[in-house]
Formats: sequence, structure tokens, C-alpha cells
Amino acid sequence: MQAAMNTKRNLVTAALVAPAAAWLCVFLVLPFIAMLVFAFGERAPEGGYQAAFTFAQFANLPTRAAAFWNTLVLAPAGALLCLLVAYPVAYYLAVKANPRYRLILVSLVVVPFWTSLLVRTYAWMYILGSRGIPNLLAMIGIEDVRMLNTPGAVLLGIVYGYLPLMIMPIYVSLEKLDRRLLEASADLGAKPVSTFFGVTLPLSLPGVMTGVALVTILLLGEYLIPQLLGGGKVFFIGNALVDLFLQSRNWPFGSAIAVTLVAVVVVVLMVAMRIAWKVAGTRQVDLV
Amino acid sequence: MTKWYRENAPITADKLADELMRLKRGSVTRRHFLGVTGLGLATAVLARQPGLFNSAAFAGDLGTQMSIATWPNYHDPATFEAFTAATGVAVEVNVFGSNEEMLAKLQAGGTGWDLFVPTNYTISTYVKLGLIDELDMSKLPNYDPSTENPRFTNEGIVDGKTYAVPKNWGTTGIAVNSSKIKTPVTSWKEFFDVAMAEADGRAMVHDYQLTTIGNALVSLGYSFNSVKPDELAKAEELLIKVKPHLYAINSDYQPSMRATDAWMTMCWTNDGAQLNRDMPEIQFVLGKDGGEIWSDFYAIPKSAANKAAGYALLNYLMTPENAVKEHIANGAPTTDSRVLKLLPADVTSNKIVYPDEAALTPLEFGAAVTLTDPGRAELMARFKSA
Repeated sequence: MQAAMNTKRNLVTAALVAPAAAWLCVFLVLPFIAMLVFAFGERAPEGGYQAAFTFAQFANLPTRAAAFWNTLVLAPAGALLCLLVAYPVAYYLAVKANPRYRLILVSLVVVPFWTSLLVRTYAWMYILGSRGIPNLLAMIGIEDVRMLNTPGAVLLGIVYGYLPLMIMPIYVSLEKLDRRLLEASADLGAKPVSTFFGVTLPLSLPGVMTGVALVTILLLGEYLIPQLLGGGKVFFIGNALVDLFLQSRNWPFGSAIAVTLVAVVVVVLMVAMRIAWKVAGTRQVDLV
Repeated sequence: MTKWYRENAPITADKLADELMRLKRGSVTRRHFLGVTGLGLATAVLARQPGLFNSAAFAGDLGTQMSIATWPNYHDPATFEAFTAATGVAVEVNVFGSNEEMLAKLQAGGTGWDLFVPTNYTISTYVKLGLIDELDMSKLPNYDPSTENPRFTNEGIVDGKTYAVPKNWGTTGIAVNSSKIKTPVTSWKEFFDVAMAEADGRAMVHDYQLTTIGNALVSLGYSFNSVKPDELAKAEELLIKVKPHLYAINSDYQPSMRATDAWMTMCWTNDGAQLNRDMPEIQFVLGKDGGEIWSDFYAIPKSAANKAAGYALLNYLMTPENAVKEHIANGAPTTDSRVLKLLPADVTSNKIVYPDEAALTPLEFGAAVTLTDPGRAELMARFKSA
């Protein structure tokens, strides 16, 4: 009887898990295996892939060092800038804003996200181009300012594009904050600044870590923003991949770079999550 | 380009209101109203939508949509709208920056294109790889090989079979905004010199190995088509030296030139003619040290899903009366003497579109080997990621 019930329960679990497992297998595991196989192959004479077993593609990785470097510097830099802008916004939304308007304010953060990133990034091309801000600056006597197609423009586009992804997790963790802790801190004589650094900030760290990890990981694969706001000159790994598949038609080398990128993302993710859990875990123990 | 669209619209909004009132007053017949407003045609088109009206107004099944892969700023949008109005087939336009990218998409499969616009030097490779069909000339009655200039059309014929028919020819020269740049630019050597001096941060090169590497090679005194490793190494050195001074690496340079974000760019004839037409201070010059002369073709991918519509659009575009509108809008020179006769004199006398033979002499047609040469492909990728 017991055994029969267990079997039934297992069947139900299997049925529930099956769609997700099948999805992951078909759209993640199989393509990844194909990529891994390609990475050890050779470029066919007319482009594409031909079977071989060689480490040549991985040996060639240093030729894309600049793209890896740009990605590994600009992705975390973009995430940290995002954090600096997002935290005060999330704090205001969760703590200071009138609860009556909170839902509207939160929607205002999310609604722009419904417009395609491509369209919003295109808009920045006009704002930063000669007829945009540089034109206004020229009117007040500051001539020949170049904004578009610079690393600064790419960074701006990144912060703009990814801001909601940073605000939301921080907002959620701040919203759960127990107000009585803040009152207790004040009762015990802490100034607002020390309450913030001693209570609020540590308690919102899981949200911060989630936001930073989310934005960094997405940025590691970014292609669109550097392409449009960097003028094809500020190169991320994503751009190098597009080039290798769509221009050089060097699938094996592209696969080798993609595999390497996945490895980097996995390592970054693991380290970030480890830190987030550790911080979150110890703080909770402290407070109890 | 909106003005072209407006000019070709069947009727203005005011006129439509007038005609509607006349119909309501009974001054004109319903047949007259449908005729002058173009609504009769629109009704006929709608009639083709399955399930909307049960009528078979059009012969032959062309489906309801097709897809074409082409180049930026290369067609009069009104042409496709007129084709859609005539046949009920909506045309989806995909724009590309290089032949390599088109080849990559076709090699990967599943493009969905029913017609595309490859350049002369790629056709033999497409045939070799079995990616395009030999054209069924019986479906292209409006194409007339005897009126075509063989100088620009012979690369569409491989082993005596016609795989592609010409769209137009052109050159790759230099567009310079003369109100911003005072140094004369007459050669590719001067292009790269000025890009690092007066046009610092304001020059653009194509995101395209053939022209970007080719013109760098020309500026160094080598052939546009070189695949010799030592010459390519010199070209790479030059390109990497120029890169920090460039405004952008992009084949869609018209927006940047029009906004005067960029002052100088590698430029195809048709874009040069369009830019000069709207902004006379932007001049188009051919490198006296060399560069590219090319012709673009229409071809049908073997994998096309709606070949019937592909042929229908191609035949439509081969009609001189339709082609001439394309040429006026896009500014590229024609290969077809029937179209040449219909073009207005201000187009045929335009030296950007129809330069003197002497200016064309140093130019080279792209060679097939450059499309697949791994050295050039990798050089371009390294240059961009440097």
C-alpha cells in the first residue's frame, strides 16, 4: 500500500518535472553539446564547420583578449553603476514612498521594460548623436563634444537598459524589511546614517547580490548596446561571436569562445551566489 | 524616403474625401469611385485573403507573403507597396551589411528569403555550394538579356546557366562632407591619412571585409583583391592604426553622414547619389589609386519557401517602367539599356551615378576568392575586436 502510494507520487513528480526537463534538454543541453563538439573542429574551406579534433581554436583565444577584457571590465562596471543608481530608487520606493502611490511608482519602473530594448537603445543614438546633447552644448559654447560611439555611451546604455533588473530585487528585499528593527535601532540611539549602514543595508544585501549577479551575467552576453552605441568599435564577447558566426563563418572558433564564455559565466555565478548566501545567512543569525 | 511614398500614393486624403462626397451625392458611379481612389484594387487584393471573401480574383498561387534580403537604402519602398497592391503578397525586407553575412545566413539554413541581392563576386560560390537555383527564364518574361551590358552581367552566368540577373552596377568610393573637411580627398591613401588627421573621430569604414580590407590594400599600392599574407599583414597594421581614430565601423552610414556625426565614409554609388541629392555639400569621389566596381544581382535561394512569389517580384522588378522608379529613388546606375532610355537626363548626366570611363579604369571587380579566404575573414574579425 505504502509502496504503491510512493510509486504514484513519483509518477506525479516525474510528470510535473518532465516538461521543464525536456525543454532544458532540447534547448540547452543538446545545443551545448553541439557547441562543444564544434569547438574542437575546423573551419571548412568555404566557412562553417568540418569535423576534426584539434585544440587550435582554444589556442587562438588570446586573439580575442581585447573583447574578453572589455566584457570582463565593462560588465561588472556596468552592474556596479546600475547598483549606485538603482539603490536610492529602490530605497525610496520601498521605504519613503507613500504606500498609496507605491504600486504606480513601481509600475513606472517596469513599464519602459515593455518597449523593446532595441527601440530604446536607438533613441539613445539620437540623444547622444550630433543633433542631440552635443548640439545643445554647442549652443552654450561647448563645441565638438563627442558622445556617441564611445565606451561612456556604452556604459550609459547599459545602466539605462538594465536598471529595472537591478531595482526590482533590491526593492523586494527592502520591502520585506521589518520596520520595528529600524525603530529599535533609533530607540537604542543610532543616528539614521548608522541605522542605514548597520541595519537596512545588510538586510537588503541578498537583493543587492541577486541584482548584481543578474545584471552581470546578462551583460557578459551583451551584444546590442555596444553595437549601437559603440559604433562597432567597443567590442564585447557577444559582438565577437556575432562576427565569427555571421561574417567570418568560423563556427569552430566561435564555439570555442562561446564555451569559454559559458565557463566564465558559471564561475562568476557560483562565486556571486556563494557570497550572497554567506552574507544573507550570517546576518540572519546575527539578528536572531 | 517618405516623399517618394507620398508621390506614388494613389490618392491624397483630401481628394478621397471629395470623391466620397461626390459618390454620396450621386454625382459619380460606384465604379468611378472605386477606380479613382484605388479602393477597387484594394478590394481585389483583400478578396485574395482566404476566408475573407470567397473569390479567386487572381490567377496563380503566390501566397500572402514573401521575404527579400538586400542592402540598406537600396529600394524605393513604394515599389514593394505597389507589388503588394497588385498581387496581395506582402514583402518583408531584410537588410544586410555584407555579402559574407548573407552567405553565413544561407549556409546556416532557414533564412526564409524568396529573393536576395548578392554581389557579382559571390555568385560562383553560391552555385558551387548549391545554395541558389538556376533561374527559370520562362518565369521572367520581362527580363531581356539582349539589352543588358555584359560587362556587368556575365558573373550571373555560371557554366552557361543563368543563376542571377542584374539589379544595378556601381562603385565603392569616398563620401566627404566638404563643409567639414577642407583637405582634398582623391584617393584611398588620402582617405586613411585624413581619417587620422582632420577627420579624426569622424570617418567611417564598412563592416565588410571586401571593401574595408580592399581599400586599405589599395591605399598601400596593392590589389583590391589581394589574399597574399604579407600584403594582408600590412593592411591589418594600417587598419589597426586607424581604428582608434574612426567614428564607427558600420555599413549603414547614411544616418551618421546625414546627422553630420560622421564627415567621411567609404560609400557605394547609390548612397553617394542619395546623400549628394539631399545634402550637396557631401561629395562622392572615386579613389584615383583604385577601389571597387561592382554589380548586384537578384538570385533565388534553393531553400526559398515561396519561389512563385520570388519570381513574381523579380519579374515585376525587371519591367523597365518599374525598374526606372527604383533607379531614380536609389541612385545606382542601370545595366539595362531599356531602363537607361526612360531615365531623366538629370540622372544620366549625374557624374556620381555615371562617371567618366577614365575614372573607372583603376577600379577592380571583387574576386570570388575574397569571399571565402580565411585570412581576410580572420583579419576583419581581428580588426573589429582589437
